[in-house]
Amino acid sequence: MAALTVARRELAGYFATPVAYVFIVIFLMMAGALTFTLGGFFQRGQADLGPFFTFVPWLFLFLVPALTMRLWAEERRLGTIELLLTLPLPQWQAVLGKFLAAWAFCAIALLLTFPLVLTVNYLGNPDNGVIAAGYVGCLLVAGAYLAVGAAMSAMTKNQVIAFVLAVAVCFLFAAAGSPVVTEFLSQRIPMLAEVARGLSITERFNSLTRGVIALRDVVFFLSFMGFFLFVNAVVIDHRKAD
Amino acid sequence: MAALIEIERLTKRFGAFTAVDDVSFAVDRGEVVGFLGPNGAGKSTTMKMLAGFVTPTSGTARICGDDVVDRPVAAKRHLGYLPEGAPTYPEMTVTAFLGFVASIRGYRGSEATDRVAHAMGLTQLEGVRLQPIETLSKGFKRRVGLAQSLLHDPPVLVLDEPTDGLDPNQKHEVRELIRKMAPEKAIVISTHILEEVDAVCTRAIIIARGKVLADSTPKALEAPGRTLEQVFRDLTMPTPEAA
Repeated sequence: MAALTVARRELAGYFATPVAYVFIVIFLMMAGALTFTLGGFFQRGQADLGPFFTFVPWLFLFLVPALTMRLWAEERRLGTIELLLTLPLPQWQAVLGKFLAAWAFCAIALLLTFPLVLTVNYLGNPDNGVIAAGYVGCLLVAGAYLAVGAAMSAMTKNQVIAFVLAVAVCFLFAAAGSPVVTEFLSQRIPMLAEVARGLSITERFNSLTRGVIALRDVVFFLSFMGFFLFVNAVVIDHRKAD
Repeated sequence: MAALIEIERLTKRFGAFTAVDDVSFAVDRGEVVGFLGPNGAGKSTTMKMLAGFVTPTSGTARICGDDVVDRPVAAKRHLGYLPEGAPTYPEMTVTAFLGFVASIRGYRGSEATDRVAHAMGLTQLEGVRLQPIETLSKGFKRRVGLAQSLLHDPPVLVLDEPTDGLDPNQKHEVRELIRKMAPEKAIVISTHILEEVDAVCTRAIIIARGKVLADSTPKALEAPGRTLEQVFRDLTMPTPEAA
């Protein structure tokens, strides 16, 4: 499938520039530091990765848009979008390929946090099923943010604009379920409060970190990604030559 | 048999501006069409529509019978396209880049390797095959773009300024290459260089302000004792009355 060829090229592209290494190093350092300091990994006296999973979505909020900002914006700037889209592949495969590359990259970054899993298993007897569910949750959150980021990148040839837009939109969905937002809404427009809670990425993620992989949460994340990939494809189709 | 390239009443408007205005022509196997015109005449836009990158406002084009709007992937399979400026991925090596294109075009294993090697042979890229494209000179970059368009030995070639940025020797080689391939392909090249039309083209189409102004052999255009340059200037310069 052509999408996999695109994904392979894109993934190699991450590692051909310092982007990959900077991303991974910063992600691992921040994830580790936050888990052990603010998260109080040792002080809690619990054998789980709760503190780690608390911080990962917020780290992704800023780091994932850094991965996606170049996906389309760079192609536009270099003019290679014209090359890519005049090769015989359906446009949705180019969209999917780029997304899969970024997602695979996030999976690699998450895999590299394995020392935390080893540590917690060495220190105690954690429920590794809950930890696995937490990792699935992280991957789904990354996918959701990536889909948003890729769609934002399709709209501009400026990477900085792509980054800022992506952070803003991702933040909207991250904060949607927070008490501040839902209370504000339920006092004024109660209907929207329910909608906001339903669209909240954080809310869904939290139920995954409790060890429950509910079908409806997985479906939510997959359709969220599907929706933004669709937006991405539409934007590319309409604005490819601008 | 229908022509390999059929362009039918192709029109592209950007807002109020009409970049390409009701352009129709057909190109047969064995023809090398030189697409001439001042900057902004609509050459590149026409080629981008032919390659399926820009969607026409109205009209359409067919490549080997496949409509570029209705059957874009099929049309693109028959086509080798060199976009303006020959964009390539700078961080990739020449081999990796051509391998990527081969893979998208559906070649696998040894066939992909052979295709890449053949395309590098045609464009004399063997010496730089493992260099990242960003480290290459302008001429080499252009040839990487050209190699990419020739990889699948397409029946139709659309090359937007294929010799731009090349030195005289390289220009000569590219023209030789085009001449050699001409008998079995339909080729459209755009250029500002009028001597190039004399050198390789069997037919010249002059376009300005989106309209086709002349479509003939270079010889016929020059016939009444004029050079192609005079013809070009007469046709494309706005007349004092009009201005």
